[in-house]
Amino acid sequence: MTAAAKIRPVASPNPLARFWWVFRENPGAVVGLWVISAIVVAALLADAIAPHPPHEQYRDAFLTPPAFARGGTWRYPLGTDDIGRDILSRIVHGARLSLLVGGIVVSLSLAAGILLGLLAGFTRGIVEIAIMRSMDIMLALPALLLAIVIVAVLGPGLTNAMYAIAIVSLPHYVRLTRAAVIAERTKDYVIASRLAGAGVPRLAFVTVLPNCLAPLIVQATLGFSTAVLDVAALGFLGLGAQPPTPEWGTMLADARQFMQRAWWVVTFPGLAILITVLSFNLLGDGLRDALDPRMRR
Amino acid sequence: MTSSPILEAIDLARHYRVNRGVLRRPATLRALDGVSFVLSPGRTLAVVGESGSGKSTLARQITLIETPTSGDILFSGRGVDSFDKSEWPELRRSIQMVFQDPYGSLNPRKTVGAILGEPLAINSTLGASARRDAVHEMMAKVGLRPELSGRYPHMFSGGQRQRIAIARALMSNPRIVVADEPVSALDVSVRAQVINLMLDLRDEFHLAYVFISHDLSVVRFIADEVIVLYLGRPVEKAAVETLFETPAHPYTRLLIASTPRADNTARRERVAPHGEIPSPLSPPSGCAFRIRCPFAARVCEDKRPELRPFANREVACHRVEDIAG
Repeated sequence: MTAAAKIRPVASPNPLARFWWVFRENPGAVVGLWVISAIVVAALLADAIAPHPPHEQYRDAFLTPPAFARGGTWRYPLGTDDIGRDILSRIVHGARLSLLVGGIVVSLSLAAGILLGLLAGFTRGIVEIAIMRSMDIMLALPALLLAIVIVAVLGPGLTNAMYAIAIVSLPHYVRLTRAAVIAERTKDYVIASRLAGAGVPRLAFVTVLPNCLAPLIVQATLGFSTAVLDVAALGFLGLGAQPPTPEWGTMLADARQFMQRAWWVVTFPGLAILITVLSFNLLGDGLRDALDPRMRR
Repeated sequence: MTSSPILEAIDLARHYRVNRGVLRRPATLRALDGVSFVLSPGRTLAVVGESGSGKSTLARQITLIETPTSGDILFSGRGVDSFDKSEWPELRRSIQMVFQDPYGSLNPRKTVGAILGEPLAINSTLGASARRDAVHEMMAKVGLRPELSGRYPHMFSGGQRQRIAIARALMSNPRIVVADEPVSALDVSVRAQVINLMLDLRDEFHLAYVFISHDLSVVRFIADEVIVLYLGRPVEKAAVETLFETPAHPYTRLLIASTPRADNTARRERVAPHGEIPSPLSPPSGCAFRIRCPFAARVCEDKRPELRPFANREVACHRVEDIAG
């Protein structure tokens, strides 16, 4: 049939365009998106942007104030730390680390959380009870405390800190996925798929999961900021990245003793954490408004 | 045309256990009881009744979504229990369903092409381009422009979506289509189109329909045989003309009398429809309808009427001879 061969699907209005239209209504979210884009660019181009290598110690410039303060020089725009390393360069390189950590932590907990959530939502019964009750137990413990315990067991280090934070943030993803799955799986389109012969794996991943993604994307964005914050906290406690890694939390910890006479050594890494976390939270809120139909006005 | 039956239900029942808190024993909800019928290809069996009468429960048993508590379903004369695992996909594929709500029955994240192609992707070995051709062909059959296969369900009107839902059911090449109130969510202006489409497709594919509805005017148009359910039990079972010309059971008469009609001149006797359908958790003793029945007598309270033949049909009423005789 030649007529059939000529049929070309009509282009449908882009769902992405619709999303953007709602998203840009929220100025905070748009600012957050821009700041995050800037941080990502900085992290990607760290070698080109940073004026100095992150580990280089300038023996002639211990604790130099930032350029705009008295005694500062534009050679070190945000000053230097106690062993003469350029703080701006370390922050830029730290962005790389923080984003990497955030990405890995979110991917790990998202993947595991979706699997467990789908399992709980589809099996019900004893498996569901086992999964959900253990998630409740994890939620009952303060997240950072639990992370510290896990790192203490695994041993300090950036990798173990990432595992710990991924495990700690797991319950949120599991609960969200399960709730969405339970809401979706009794809907008619899922039954129709079953009647068409779809098995449980197909129902779970092809039919149901795409309809559960909106709240998960929001949670992942917010989880990104939690991950950055928690890794910094673990770094500050000496359980995360080890010196001389230019990790923001570790930088804070190293500079703690100079806080009184050199305010910039703690201020700028702290600001970096604050701005990154805030941006991700703003972005997450904007995404929630744009993606989650329940929140839509 | 008397082809052998494709689907038979024998004394089908479905009971649910309902938990009523910690202190009370779980109750049994008899959603469906004692339903039997025979369905042949090219025929339409309508199931009518108020909300809560067990229509949708019946649909879930026939489509094998749930397993009946007791009774048998025979497919092509063979009990569905006797189908083993390797035959099950074939059986599943043969019984498809069209849902009431065309907004909830289509996956919002998939294009129409993907929705229609799914049964083929699961059940056939066709390649992507062969599937696309089959999808386009089916879209044309149900009156949709094949060019629209790249669109998402929310871009279609209710009537178009129901056409998509019908097309999806037919993609599996079924023998039986169970339609659960397929037009009740649609505008009156589109109903006739969808019903006519369903009739055309029934003849083209030699399908058997189980048509669930509370809209008697639609039932009269599409059905060959009608089962009237009340509180999960059949109260009258008859050919469509018999049922509409001379309804025997008081409940059937009430349903027909309360159907809105265009000509007010030929007004029928008005049976006052008082009361609502009782809770299926505590049905009345004897005849479940007696509370609302204008003809209820002592015997209706004591004994549950069984379905028995009466003037070319089956009725479950003690007093049918007095009422309709």
